[in-house]
Amino acid sequence: MEWLTELIADIQFVFFEKDRYMQLVNGLLNTLKITAGALVIGVVIGILIAAIRTSFDKNKESMKLRGGVGYYILAILNGICKVYLTIVRGTPVVVQLMIAYFVIFASSDDGVMVGIIAFGFNSGAYVAEIFRAGIMSIDHGQFEAGRSLGFNYFQTMRFIVIPQMFKAVLPTLCNEFIALLKETSVAGYVGVIDLTKAGNVIAGRTFIYFIPLITVALIYLVMVMILSWLVGILERRLRKSDR
Amino acid sequence: MTDKVLIKVENLKKHYTGGSVKALDGINCEIKKGEVVVIVGPSGSGKSTLLRSLNLLEIPTSGKIYFDGTDITDKKTNINTHRQRMGMVFQHFNLFPNMNVLKNMTKAPMTLLKKSKEDAEKQALELLDRVGLKDRADAYPSQLSGGQKQRVAIVRALCMEPEVMLFDEPTSALDPEMVGEVLDVMKSLAREGMTMVVVTHEMGFAREVATRVIFMDEGKIIEENTPEEFFANPKNPRLKDFLSKVL
Repeated sequence: MEWLTELIADIQFVFFEKDRYMQLVNGLLNTLKITAGALVIGVVIGILIAAIRTSFDKNKESMKLRGGVGYYILAILNGICKVYLTIVRGTPVVVQLMIAYFVIFASSDDGVMVGIIAFGFNSGAYVAEIFRAGIMSIDHGQFEAGRSLGFNYFQTMRFIVIPQMFKAVLPTLCNEFIALLKETSVAGYVGVIDLTKAGNVIAGRTFIYFIPLITVALIYLVMVMILSWLVGILERRLRKSDR
Repeated sequence: MTDKVLIKVENLKKHYTGGSVKALDGINCEIKKGEVVVIVGPSGSGKSTLLRSLNLLEIPTSGKIYFDGTDITDKKTNINTHRQRMGMVFQHFNLFPNMNVLKNMTKAPMTLLKKSKEDAEKQALELLDRVGLKDRADAYPSQLSGGQKQRVAIVRALCMEPEVMLFDEPTSALDPEMVGEVLDVMKSLAREGMTMVVVTHEMGFAREVATRVIFMDEGKIIEENTPEEFFANPKNPRLKDFLSKVL
């Protein structure tokens, strides 16, 4: 049992001497702040872009026929969205984060804030494509039924298409959130002490790598498991109508 | 039937793929209040396109459609308020799977006509009772048979108290034993004086219920007549040929 006593002594040393565990706690808080903030920005951007892209795809024929400037406005917005998607999805998130911190927001040293914005804009591109695919997967007849009752385009989207879309994309969206949570582990590149960075700092101070890194991994794992569990509950509730 | 013209179509054209395919090739017709107009024709003849143009689910390439005197093809017209007065029933029902039957029926009247929940539900339940589905008000569409779905789709449209009902092949996606229950609902609707435009392959329905039958082919109206004359004395050779195949 010698190894066990040794392990406990090491844990004691790694986490409790000089209250080093507080670094993990603070790191975890930063990770959660960045993830939650980026999630909100990502979903807002995602809805906006998916709305523009799908309404352009759905309405371009009829808008052309009925005339007016609406078509050109939508076409320009659609083009801007496409450029954004190409750039964000075509470059690594670490590079985007560093550009955001060292170039765009060079005057700010609030790494958490810059992290929220950078990860939010990154996630937005993926969420947009998830929502767009979800909207496209809803039978066009649903849309026509809504319009034929007299709902306008936005009411049809809001009451009929989006609730169905949300149910369809929930598992994929959950995947994206999990990916986002783990991607924030590169925040250390711009001087943010997030969970990963905190683990690394402790390892560097104590020269014990096993304990802090495994602990960090376990914390990520537990968070992802809780997230999946919550989404599972939500999914079952939404599935009520397919009995 | 009165003499009031409810829908007037003037030289309506619909071209696809740069004008090479003419789904509608100069349609002129009038639908009077209280009429039951059945449109028949071979597949690809443009009958569904014509029906879907009447509430602008298809945007015509040229021509005009007047609904109750208003040119709805004019882009200044608010099409949404006019669609509220035109019910539509689809081949594939298109019930909203995320809402139960009652919600399917009350969502539009409550949102668009600002009806109270009580009024909308009362009206919905009365209509459901008429089509024999009062006990399914809480069911979700996935729990209904095809015939039940289509009956709900019809009463959902009726909840908006439309002045005309458009039916786009309402029985084509149904199992044969369920066609009758849907046709019965349509027949009783016709007897109550509802203005109806029906695209269908049910010649029995046309013969029994229609006040006028229109035959379309290649995007044109080839012949139109009362059902008695239409089936007994077809004049155009293409109609004769069509009837010999479907009767």
